[in-house]
Amino acid sequence: MPREGILVPNPYERITDEQVQQIHQASLQILVDPGLICFSKKAAEIFHSNGAEVTTASSGDNPCWHIKIPEKLVIEALDSAPKTVKLGARNPDNALIMKGDEPRVYFISGSETNIWLDVDFHTYVRKSDRSIEIKVPEFHPRRSTLADLCQSAHVCEHLETLDGYIRTVNIQDEDITEDNKDVNKFFASLNNTTKHFMSGLTKLEQLDNVVRMAELIAGGKEALKENPIISFITCLVKSPLQFVEDTTDTFIEVCQRGLPAVVSSSPQAGTTAPIKEAGIMAQINAEVLAGITLGQLVNKGTPLLYGSVPVRARMDTLGDSYGSVETSQYNIDCVQMARFYKIPNYSTSGVCDTKIPGQQASIERLFSDIVVTLSGPQYLHCAYGLLDGNAVFCLLQAVLDDAHFQMLKFFLKPARINQPELNEVLKQIREVVATPQKLYIGYIRQVMRSGEISAPYPFEGDGESDSVFALAYQRMNELLGKPVEHIAPDTTAKIFQEIPGLLPRLNVYRERK
Amino acid sequence: MSEEDIIARLKENVIQGRKTQQDEGMDEKLSGTPGVVELTRLALEEKIPLEEIINKALTVGMRVVGEKFSTKEYFIPDMLASADAVGEAMDILKPLLEVSSIETKGKFAIATVKGDIHDIGKNIVAILLKGMGYEVNDLGTDVPTEKIIEFIKKESPDYLGLSALLTTTMTEMGVVIEALKDSGLRDRVKVLIGGAAVSDEYAQEIGADAYCVDSFHAIKVLDSFQRSEIN
Repeated sequence: MPREGILVPNPYERITDEQVQQIHQASLQILVDPGLICFSKKAAEIFHSNGAEVTTASSGDNPCWHIKIPEKLVIEALDSAPKTVKLGARNPDNALIMKGDEPRVYFISGSETNIWLDVDFHTYVRKSDRSIEIKVPEFHPRRSTLADLCQSAHVCEHLETLDGYIRTVNIQDEDITEDNKDVNKFFASLNNTTKHFMSGLTKLEQLDNVVRMAELIAGGKEALKENPIISFITCLVKSPLQFVEDTTDTFIEVCQRGLPAVVSSSPQAGTTAPIKEAGIMAQINAEVLAGITLGQLVNKGTPLLYGSVPVRARMDTLGDSYGSVETSQYNIDCVQMARFYKIPNYSTSGVCDTKIPGQQASIERLFSDIVVTLSGPQYLHCAYGLLDGNAVFCLLQAVLDDAHFQMLKFFLKPARINQPELNEVLKQIREVVATPQKLYIGYIRQVMRSGEISAPYPFEGDGESDSVFALAYQRMNELLGKPVEHIAPDTTAKIFQEIPGLLPRLNVYRERK
Repeated sequence: MSEEDIIARLKENVIQGRKTQQDEGMDEKLSGTPGVVELTRLALEEKIPLEEIINKALTVGMRVVGEKFSTKEYFIPDMLASADAVGEAMDILKPLLEVSSIETKGKFAIATVKGDIHDIGKNIVAILLKGMGYEVNDLGTDVPTEKIIEFIKKESPDYLGLSALLTTTMTEMGVVIEALKDSGLRDRVKVLIGGAAVSDEYAQEIGADAYCVDSFHAIKVLDSFQRSEIN
């Protein structure tokens, strides 16, 4: 049985069917005029051999090609792209089945940050009355490491609402190089969570090692196809409208192997996309369609997700403003576009502008988490623990996020209003009104024990002080203390034998000797 | 069923908050079996002494419920279900209690003051205190001061609980306390106030003996009064 996620009844729609059509048509026009600049020779050749108009262009010293993708190729690709995509997991019960026309939402971590935020608590004493003390969290940023990635995968394994794991931090240990980063990143994550694992690839040359590792874990080549425990994020199109060489080449290789991939585009309204909603929507949709077309030309039927990470520019710095309201509007528009194509959507929410956990972080992330979830994307990378755009990861924040996703999931349960239910409560109302105290309390208990009443906020303190951080920190440590199901010893031995570049300290069995 | 068995079942049903045979309680195994009301009647039929019923079943059961509440295993609806069941048992035992030497924890009169018809808090306090062994007289809502004074004169309760939800009606509490003073009754009854509009500060301002945040706080306050009376 795959994970259930949460089925959104009557998903929220921001744009009309007519507007969806208009965006679609505008995107098709963009793909022909101005078309895309392509820095990948392989991609240019694929488009050329399939009838696209490809001409040599020049961009400084780098060879590049100008590609115009005809509507016919796009429509064929949209036809052949699978409408249901399965993302497997080490524990098959954690698999995710996504149907492009079904608004079933899975909550996923991500994205990759360079900074890990440690937290500790200090006691402050009031100057005017030394009997009054408060504990205040202090946050300390530092470069993220392999051990951090293991820890975050470990905690994410135990976060109830989290359905899949996108690597949260970049590994920057001294002994991590460009050559061994991918294998260590994949092993550290897969060894600490039994949920689906998705990541980008640093070096194309490592793809085979990573895939072989996944095959060993899944039980062979065919088993991996049946249960794709890994998938790839590929930002092959850089906005505006440019196929980047390395990520495009990686994408082509992933598609050739038939493994699931996200065609992700992240334009910024105001700088790399028009500031107007119609503009960024027409462009991002064109960029994703270009990627999907390429993927289907490489391998008809290869599983792809319509990936959208649109964002509005900050007016003060021209940096990304993930906390802006427009960012959520763009994301919801993209959810609707993906649903129009019936291709499962990788969407974005929960990313905030502030650097540390606190009120701004809570407000920004909760706002976008609620509104984007209500639109019904299938694979919502909703930034558990992410802060400062996508620069900082804080495990404490991830634990806080889990609590509000529990509320959101509860909220989205279907309403239990039907005739038998109404008959029962009418009887109850008549009974209670006839009693002297006129209280329904006696009927609460059965409902309370059946799980029909939402749990209280788990980090509510006693008294009047705010204990949210302290209690979430306690919860985080409890989760770290819970065991995780590591990859079996014999499989681990095989992986360390076959896959070059793995750091011995990741072998939990070896360390225990 | 032996005497021990009846007492054990009675205690268990108090813990489960099963007032009658129809109640579901927490443990499915008890479904359809006699609840507190039926078992109390059975205990009387079997001539089990009142002290045994109250001390070994009802009080011990409520103590367990209190412990479960403090460890957050139980919530207020659980506590109230048990208290309500015990209250019902006490009603059954009342005629016998009146002719016995067993004393209740005290007489507690409770009312929502004049002009205020809100009674959820008042009713919860009444159920809980009854379950905890107090003899509770609920005077109702929108109760005129004269009626309260009349009751105090006639029934001499140990405690008077006054409830008000509204800022416009809370002043009536002060009126009641002044009327108690004018009637020479103030020293005969301890006055506890509660409700969303009032506070500890307000209790002091109008000369009440205590402000109770909620029903559980009321129990603690009453316990502290009893301890100080013993000392």
